[in-house]
Amino acid sequence: MTLLDSTIYVLAIPLFMFLFLGLVGTKMPRKITGVIGVLGMAVTTVLAYAIAFTYFFGDGPQNVDGVYQQLVPTNWTWLSFYADKLVVRLGVLLDPISAMMLVVICTVSFMVHLYSLGYMSDHDGNPEKGFQRYYADLALFTFSMLGLVVSTNIFQMFIFFEMVGVSSYLLIGFYYGLQPANHASKKAFIVTRLADLFFLIGILILSYYTKTFEFINIMGKNGEEVMNAFTSAQGLTFMGCSVTGWALTFIFIGGAGKSAMYPLHIWLPDAMEGPTPVSALIHAATMVVAGVFLVARMFPLYVLEQGAMDIICVVGAFTAFYAAAIACTQSDIKRALAFSTISQIAFMMTSLAVSSAQGQLIGGHEAGLGYMASMFHLFTHAMFKALLFLCAGAIIHAVHSNENSKMHGLHKYMPITSIAFLIGCLAIAGIPPFAGFFSKDEILVACYEKGLGWGLWMSMVAGMTAFYMFRIYYLIFFWKKHEVHGEHAPKDQPWTMTVPLIVLALISCVAGFVPFGDLVTWNGHAIETHMNWTVAGASVAIALVGIGLATVMYRKENPLPDKLATMFKGLWTASYKRFYMDELYQFITHKIIFQGISKPIAWFDRTIIDGFFNLLGNVTNKSSYGIRKMQSGSVQGYVSYYIIGAMLLAAITGAVILCI
Amino acid sequence: MEIFSNILIYFVVIPVLTLAGLALTKNKGIDAIRAVAVTGATALVAMALYLVYLFIKARSLGNTDDMILQTSVTWYEPLNIKLALGVDGVSVVMILLSAFIVFAGVFASWKMDPLPKQFFLWFFLLSTGVFGFFISVDLFTMFMFYEVALIPMYLLIGVWGSGNKNYSAMKLTLMLMGGSAFLMLGIIGIYFHSSPEGQPLTMNLLEIAKNDAIPHNWQMYLFPLTFVGFGVLGAMFPFHTWSPDGHASAPTAVSMLHAGVLMKLGGYGCFRIAIFLMPFAAQQLGWIFLTLTGISIVYGAFSACVQTDLKYINAYSSVSHCGMVLFAILMFNHTAMTGAVLQMLSHGLMTALFFALIGMIYGRTHTRDIREMGGLMHIMPYLGVGYVIAGFASLGLPGLSGFVAEMTIFVGSFEHQDMFRRVLTIAATTSIVITAVYILRVVGKLLYGAVQDEHHRTLTDAEPTERISTATLIICVAIIGCFPNFFVDIIRDSFDPVVKALTSVM
Amino acid sequence: MYLIPSLIMFGCGVYGFITRKNMIAMLISLELMLNAVDINFAVFNRYLFPAGHEGMFFSLFAIAIAAAETAVAIAIIINVYRVAKKVDINDITKMKF
Repeated sequence: MTLLDSTIYVLAIPLFMFLFLGLVGTKMPRKITGVIGVLGMAVTTVLAYAIAFTYFFGDGPQNVDGVYQQLVPTNWTWLSFYADKLVVRLGVLLDPISAMMLVVICTVSFMVHLYSLGYMSDHDGNPEKGFQRYYADLALFTFSMLGLVVSTNIFQMFIFFEMVGVSSYLLIGFYYGLQPANHASKKAFIVTRLADLFFLIGILILSYYTKTFEFINIMGKNGEEVMNAFTSAQGLTFMGCSVTGWALTFIFIGGAGKSAMYPLHIWLPDAMEGPTPVSALIHAATMVVAGVFLVARMFPLYVLEQGAMDIICVVGAFTAFYAAAIACTQSDIKRALAFSTISQIAFMMTSLAVSSAQGQLIGGHEAGLGYMASMFHLFTHAMFKALLFLCAGAIIHAVHSNENSKMHGLHKYMPITSIAFLIGCLAIAGIPPFAGFFSKDEILVACYEKGLGWGLWMSMVAGMTAFYMFRIYYLIFFWKKHEVHGEHAPKDQPWTMTVPLIVLALISCVAGFVPFGDLVTWNGHAIETHMNWTVAGASVAIALVGIGLATVMYRKENPLPDKLATMFKGLWTASYKRFYMDELYQFITHKIIFQGISKPIAWFDRTIIDGFFNLLGNVTNKSSYGIRKMQSGSVQGYVSYYIIGAMLLAAITGAVILCI
Repeated sequence: MEIFSNILIYFVVIPVLTLAGLALTKNKGIDAIRAVAVTGATALVAMALYLVYLFIKARSLGNTDDMILQTSVTWYEPLNIKLALGVDGVSVVMILLSAFIVFAGVFASWKMDPLPKQFFLWFFLLSTGVFGFFISVDLFTMFMFYEVALIPMYLLIGVWGSGNKNYSAMKLTLMLMGGSAFLMLGIIGIYFHSSPEGQPLTMNLLEIAKNDAIPHNWQMYLFPLTFVGFGVLGAMFPFHTWSPDGHASAPTAVSMLHAGVLMKLGGYGCFRIAIFLMPFAAQQLGWIFLTLTGISIVYGAFSACVQTDLKYINAYSSVSHCGMVLFAILMFNHTAMTGAVLQMLSHGLMTALFFALIGMIYGRTHTRDIREMGGLMHIMPYLGVGYVIAGFASLGLPGLSGFVAEMTIFVGSFEHQDMFRRVLTIAATTSIVITAVYILRVVGKLLYGAVQDEHHRTLTDAEPTERISTATLIICVAIIGCFPNFFVDIIRDSFDPVVKALTSVM
Repeated sequence: MYLIPSLIMFGCGVYGFITRKNMIAMLISLELMLNAVDINFAVFNRYLFPAGHEGMFFSLFAIAIAAAETAVAIAIIINVYRVAKKVDINDITKMKF
């Protein structure tokens, strides 16, 4: 048994931790559960690193002549549909992206576990209730997310899509006593569930034509048969589009729900009601990229279906801009970061979508560049966005508010946090040599190759990114002197919280130098990457412009932002109100679904259907009462009926006889 | 007597013995009553597990009969009525389900008051009917046990119920009796066409199916009769309205048994009698009922969204889930039908769990209106967590039973070649979202948020007997959700005869 | 010719039986109807089957039995009167239960 075969333990440990902490944890002291949780995660992380290292750099079946292979060390039959044609298996699939994701998830998750020891120890001064539950849920989430990335088949992926959805629900609703958290968790679950519905329909269609769920059949060497089935299904059309196009679009919608693409993004900003470490783990680094991961996983099929790719491309590009526009005006720092996340994920989606037909060379780059760039950005983004969120958590923990109006000028009080946040901002803005520069540059190159328009559009969004990140940065740490409320001035947090910040900041500085092109590509072949200095230079310049603009407007307290806000009042309000998408959804769910469908149906049920059966009963009852009167017990009455009857009978008989 | 050498008969004998034992106890001797009831229920669970073992052993030894453990004893010679017993995979899992729900039901009605003895008497009479129905393969005995299971419902709701109980009990009984009137017509019709000309008529299901002598034009009349007859019990739209009122008024254990097991009689009967014996009409008329059940699924889910009474929500959710059972049965292929049985198991356990929890919550707060409650998770975490788990099972979380059942149904239904059915399948899948909406709405209002009523702060969490009841069900739900293939293997081959009959008349 | 009085008698009997509330009066009406029938027996016997005498005998029987029945009825009425102090048919409802 090699190390790679033991990948299943990476999943088993968090699952065990979940059951253990969930069932026994509540009986134990809080400190101990926390430490156990962190230790469990540490073991998992070490194992995951070892596996990823072996996969990428070790010798073995995974690396044949420099081409990374897909390995399936474990595969259990979980549920077989009839005739063993369609079988759901639970297993582990190792390939470049899943190995990379193992590293990402374990790193961030471990950091968050450690960070939470400090963050969750108290809640506004009181010991946090449900500390044990928190760690159990974190373990559940880690398990589900790891299960998602190592899925061997699309159905397993669906299963874990649901599982991460539920753990996200539980963690967003961690403060279940508070109404906003309650609503946010519900919203997150239902919106992603709606997306999962499409995902499911997509799976149904796809599996109907290809007769398999397995990824290895889609992408592996013996995938001929499946590929043939797929291409022949492409000929079938339904309402003008090929059925495979429908299937892949539906699957993309499933991914879009988790990855918060427009118009299914509405749950993510609200999900910030959860504890901040959770936001860092789930809603910035790992779960929200599940949709990107899904599309990447199905990439060999998507490249065959250009229509679906175009949809992804348009949705991604639009979402990137839309979210960036909103992020420019938000006053709640977590929400601003959430929109920034949406925008960055849209970058990844677009990048995947512009990466097209296999084997061709466009503009000196291999076509798989966008794929590689997307995965690269996923990796770097996870690190620096987790960093930003954890910094935000430290700040919120210090000032007990999410609003940046309560912060301002914190640089003096929290220098470590400030520097870490700055590194995060530089990374996301794409300033060399920080991580974001390299990955974003690759994305932009891929976009320019698709077409000049796409490239310019994405460059513009990159500039906006730089602007709004520095806007947040300045508003938190500078702008004006901090007004100290209460007796405690805010200060840097204890070591459990600062160590993760420092570690992640270091990673954000160096992650860009990982040779991703050699490691993570869609078909395992290394691809040539080289700096395209025109694009790189241009994007750095745009980023610097964005930063400069932010510096002018927000470095020191000045009336300029307010003036601009009043000048473009409509636009500003629309952006602040998130372009009224929430209101629209509210209208659809409350007015249309509840009032317009459910209420009438309930009324119909109670009145018409039930009324009909009640009517049946009442008519029987009433007519029985009517007939009962005749059975009076009075002899005279009976005699009268008798006489009348006899006379009628006589009359009828007479009439009949006469007629004949 | 030879019949007593068959283990199946003991599924009727044990409840009857329990009845006798209960009859001997004193009215006031609550401990004795409980002891007898628990012994009976435990014996049933043990027997059911043993039966599963026997079944798996028989199959692994290569016994490929349609039914195993067959015995037949003549009961009434002139009409050729027999006490014929036999089980296949579907009946085995249904018996297992019933045994566990009876077990949980006994613990859920631990503090039944007033007249505990009489309550358990009727309760076990009802179970006798249920088990008898699942073990028999003779139309007459099936119908007889079916009635035995229905009638105690009237008293159980009428005497021990709450709210508008007289109305509900009456409505439930009358509507179900109406259904069984249709059913009886159907059964008599089948009986008179059960054999080819000149041969003695029979009531035995397997023989009727083998003879395949029901003329096609008669099938067109008899199929709707039997299907509607069982469909009423299976809460098929538009014959479902007894369910919300009935469940709302019934005492906890009765709701559990009713939603958990009795409604399954409907689905089981549709499959075992209506479709199995009359495949031609099933193929011809299937689309009508498919549409009706499709409506049930979505309609029930939407109705549940706006209810405010916990039990009404669950009753409508049952309409939706049971609609799914009939829907899948009408898809006529192995996968969907397997899914239907899994859904019966899943729905049985999960609804029983729901009703148990609602009963416990109601027992404490004395209200079932979700507008008057809130933040109960702070006060009774055990019950709260149980409710959340039941909710997750209902909305189809992987790892719990609902997911497995629904996915099997959807995949199976989509396998069907017919475009109409595939479109209906897609329509039915929307229910998973609506289910999520109403489940989370209830969870949000009932358990989360601030405590609504300050008086609720003094309430206590679950007691040991209540914990036994709910934990049993939760474990069962999780086992089905985690190891579905074990059940699928038991169930699947049982559909061979039905599917063969259905494809032969295509 | 003889049928006309019998018809009138029968009609009076029916009318009286339905409308009278007094049990004695009802009894008398009953007797009227019986006697009307007796007359019919005799008349039809005389005109249609002059050879036989069954009709005559039947009316004799009917008279005899009517006498016995009247005696029983009167006895019941008297007993009821003793218990209930009245003979109005609408008030004597106790025996229904």
